[in-house]
Amino acid sequence: MSFDESHGSPKRPSMRTPLGRVRNLGAAHSGTSDFWRQRITGVAMTLLIIPALVIIVMLLGRNQVYAAQTLSSIPVAVILLLFIFASAWHMKIGMQVVIEDYVHNEKLKLTAIMLNNFFSVAVALASTYAILKLSSGV
Amino acid sequence: MVEFALPKNSKISGGKTWPKPAGAAELREFKVYRWNPDDGKNPSVDTYYVDTNDCGPMVLDGLIWIKNHIDPSLTFRRSCREGVCGSCAMNIDGQNTLACTKSMHEVKDGAVKVNPLPHQPVVKDLVPDLTNFYAQYASVEPWLKTTSPTPQKEWRQSHEDREKLDGLYECILCACCSTSCPSYWWNSERYLGPAALLQANRWVSDSRDEATGERLDNLEDPFRLYRCHTIMNCAKACPKGLNPAEAIAELKLKMVERQI
Repeated sequence: MSFDESHGSPKRPSMRTPLGRVRNLGAAHSGTSDFWRQRITGVAMTLLIIPALVIIVMLLGRNQVYAAQTLSSIPVAVILLLFIFASAWHMKIGMQVVIEDYVHNEKLKLTAIMLNNFFSVAVALASTYAILKLSSGV
Repeated sequence: MVEFALPKNSKISGGKTWPKPAGAAELREFKVYRWNPDDGKNPSVDTYYVDTNDCGPMVLDGLIWIKNHIDPSLTFRRSCREGVCGSCAMNIDGQNTLACTKSMHEVKDGAVKVNPLPHQPVVKDLVPDLTNFYAQYASVEPWLKTTSPTPQKEWRQSHEDREKLDGLYECILCACCSTSCPSYWWNSERYLGPAALLQANRWVSDSRDEATGERLDNLEDPFRLYRCHTIMNCAKACPKGLNPAEAIAELKLKMVERQI
């Protein structure tokens, strides 16, 4: 019995051999970079989360002048920028994996991945701009 | 989108309760998935009562007893009845395992629930269609690949290198691991699954093989390898006590190793 004729499969009948279907377009020869970057950004976030939280707690309930004064310190600004960079990158890779897992319609998948890239870059740039603006006191 | 509900023709409805065997002192209730491709009906779950004094202790013994004494139309695969061939892999009491090595007594409460391996097309009753699974195994080219001239005797291997194959070569390809993996459920056409990847690592780890890089090239793909999200159902399900998740992690490590 072919894979497609049997019960429970929503697939249309295919005359391709099972091995032909598995090999399909071949290996993409990619994926390792994303896998490795996800680990790097994960470790970076683990290291940065405590100092970033301390800075955020310090800023809670304070006015903009105090925030600008705190962020004018180079280490503080750098910690926040690194945290934003690592988390935006991690978020982008993680969300792409979720989309690839669950969205099987090719057009919808490509659109979702594109929007995910736009969103991650926008969030990263907006946050970077806010931190730089505050830290430069403009 | 991925399907979270069963297709209409796969939804389970009703089921027959077969009469209890006369004169049996000890009975065990079995609830068994039934589907016949020829009658056009949806699948059902039939209830049987097995005389445990008249059959062996394993779930497979119970199924064979049902087939011999109650319902000869019940269809399932079995061969060695000792955990070597992998034919009788099925979902018992919610866990993928081999019916021949799973004791009825291990199922503590209520009926012994028996279903085919999850998320595979069903051929009939407890028989899944594993065509795709076997093709994925074939795609990792599970044989020794060499270009050096074949030695007059054997390809030599040190004891240490041979030990690296322990925990890999024992796989019996029963498909318990792959069909327990949610990532394989969603993407079984592109993700090779734990069983095929464990076998891929078996050949990548073999010191006699000369196609290691080529094998890794063939696996380096966001879907073929990197759909593994370390869910670990595979390690929990494996009736041979192997750890496909660890084998996949070793493959990923080798991928990183050759890049940095």
